[in-house]
Amino acid sequence: MLIVILIFLTILFSIFLPGKVFSVGNFQSMAYQLPELSILAIAMMITMLSGGINLSIIATANTSGIITATILTRLITADSGNSFYISVIAILAGWTAAFLIGIVNGFIIAHIGVSPILSTLGMMTVLQGLNILYTKGYVISGFPPEILFIGNGTILGIPFALIIFLIIAFIISILLDRTPFGLSNYLIGSNETASYLSGINVKKTLIWTYAISGLLCGVASTIMISHFNSARAGYGASYLLVTILAAVLGGVNPYGGLGKVSGLVIALFILQIASSGLNLLGVSTHFTKALWGIILIFVIGLRNIKFKNNIKKLI
Amino acid sequence: MTIKDLSKKYEFYLFIIIISLCILFTFCTKEFLTIENFLDLLTNYSFLGIMSAGMLIVLISGGIDLSFTAIATISEYMIALIIINYSGNLLTAFVVSCCIGIILGSFNAFIIYYFKAPSLIVTIATLNIFYGFIILVTKGRWIYNFPIWFRETKNIFEFTSGNGTEYGITLPVLLLLFVFSITYILLNHTFLGRKIIAFGGNQEAARRMGFNILHITIFVYAFMGFLAGVGAISHVLIVQTVQANAIVGRELEVIAAVVLGGASLAGGKGTILGTILGVTLIAIMWNGLVLMGISSYWHQVILGLIIIISVISSAYSSRKSILGGTKIDIK
Repeated sequence: MLIVILIFLTILFSIFLPGKVFSVGNFQSMAYQLPELSILAIAMMITMLSGGINLSIIATANTSGIITATILTRLITADSGNSFYISVIAILAGWTAAFLIGIVNGFIIAHIGVSPILSTLGMMTVLQGLNILYTKGYVISGFPPEILFIGNGTILGIPFALIIFLIIAFIISILLDRTPFGLSNYLIGSNETASYLSGINVKKTLIWTYAISGLLCGVASTIMISHFNSARAGYGASYLLVTILAAVLGGVNPYGGLGKVSGLVIALFILQIASSGLNLLGVSTHFTKALWGIILIFVIGLRNIKFKNNIKKLI
Repeated sequence: MTIKDLSKKYEFYLFIIIISLCILFTFCTKEFLTIENFLDLLTNYSFLGIMSAGMLIVLISGGIDLSFTAIATISEYMIALIIINYSGNLLTAFVVSCCIGIILGSFNAFIIYYFKAPSLIVTIATLNIFYGFIILVTKGRWIYNFPIWFRETKNIFEFTSGNGTEYGITLPVLLLLFVFSITYILLNHTFLGRKIIAFGGNQEAARRMGFNILHITIFVYAFMGFLAGVGAISHVLIVQTVQANAIVGRELEVIAAVVLGGASLAGGKGTILGTILGVTLIAIMWNGLVLMGISSYWHQVILGLIIIISVISSAYSSRKSILGGTKIDIK
């Protein structure tokens, strides 16, 4: 079904905007925008598969980005020769912070038994507050070329960020489909009690789920700050809806247990083409946002009809 | 009721925290313990209180609603339209505002019921739909040219204090009291309220009991929408301006207040007394922080910490009570 939508959109935009949406320039700009959003969407997806949700992805990414940016701007001065090692340390520090945030989320959800919505909502608020408190709303900028390469450089003409995204998508799909962790994650999403009774360590798995989700936010943040050449508390504020939309559009069951990375990737392509098409048509961003909401509800409705038909067939 | 019984109640601890905060702020600032400050607090936080009552009902039913801020924003623009362009009176504005709330709330309910979708995802979607369209239509314009009579219908009972400043019980405060009392009656003295609690506790059991789930769902979200309409009136009366981004983004404050009051997202749990105490705690905390001159950058951090600490403590206490239930008394 997703492929059909993709082809439909392609034809639609080729007729109405000939040579604009499918031009080399537009594809390049899409290739730069896609990775950060996609990695965040994967971070959202793996928690949704376990039957939870991670509302703190954007805030986690910004925190991680601000930490990386602070280390970079503090440690690299004009006379410090090689900025490569410092960049690596800064990026790793940002990732560690994001990973730790994920572990805290997972701990609160798995061990204390708080609902994922509330604990990640609380985490989101705390992190956003800390981000604003620390940056006072200003932008932290001025990165070495190594960092800028991640978001803007190319290898053999392919944007480096896109390569990172493809590697991550590959790793996560292997992780979900071929490892005990991934299968337990799916099983917890479809029935937590059943997975507990069948001997799965639910708590440990959930902590890992949220920790990986956090780590992915860290990776996305590295691409994001490199892309913008700065870190700020408010980057990516509109991504939250889009990540949920992409996950649901890509076939993730909003109650958990079903969904694949490949579906998510196709859904992200559709959304990216649609949004750049709408952008070229000159549609207001507020309308686009409203449209995302409508599509999300529409897709959920379609899922439900399909699900009912499947059950009828089974009976 | 003895102290021992009281100490088992979640609300009791909240009350103690509120009292100790009050004592702290009274010692730290001169302005805190004055009747003016108290009345100002009551007026300024009436919007938060009204919304919290609606959110309490939604949470008790086992759902969540994030779109009410967008509903309230739409209602505010309609109020402005009626009062300024059609020179309507307060009552028509009130009725129209509440009707919009009820319609949009029912829209949420229909989608949640018929599409069998999680309320969080549906209301995030409708939040964007409502908000996107209202910005599109109004272009995010500010409206502040309300007629003079509208600006003066604020105080109901006016009296003058010793030093000559006038203050009084305002209409938003009366609306707040009205909302709290109907919510109390709904939850404690009506069959419908019992149904909502049962539905939140166990949806499948409620369905098999023969409750009409559709009606309950519609009522819950329409009630939230209705209160968004009431809240819109009270907010417009307080700030006397309509702007697109004044309310949207305050969902968290409302959820924090209700969750702080002991309601859980799992549904079936929560009292109006707890919610009132939760709202009071947040209002006093904000007020105290402002009076003590603490940077507003801290507010969001503290709000987040309040949410996390309160959900953790309520999860702990509910777990304790489950464990306590399995204890076997050998004697």
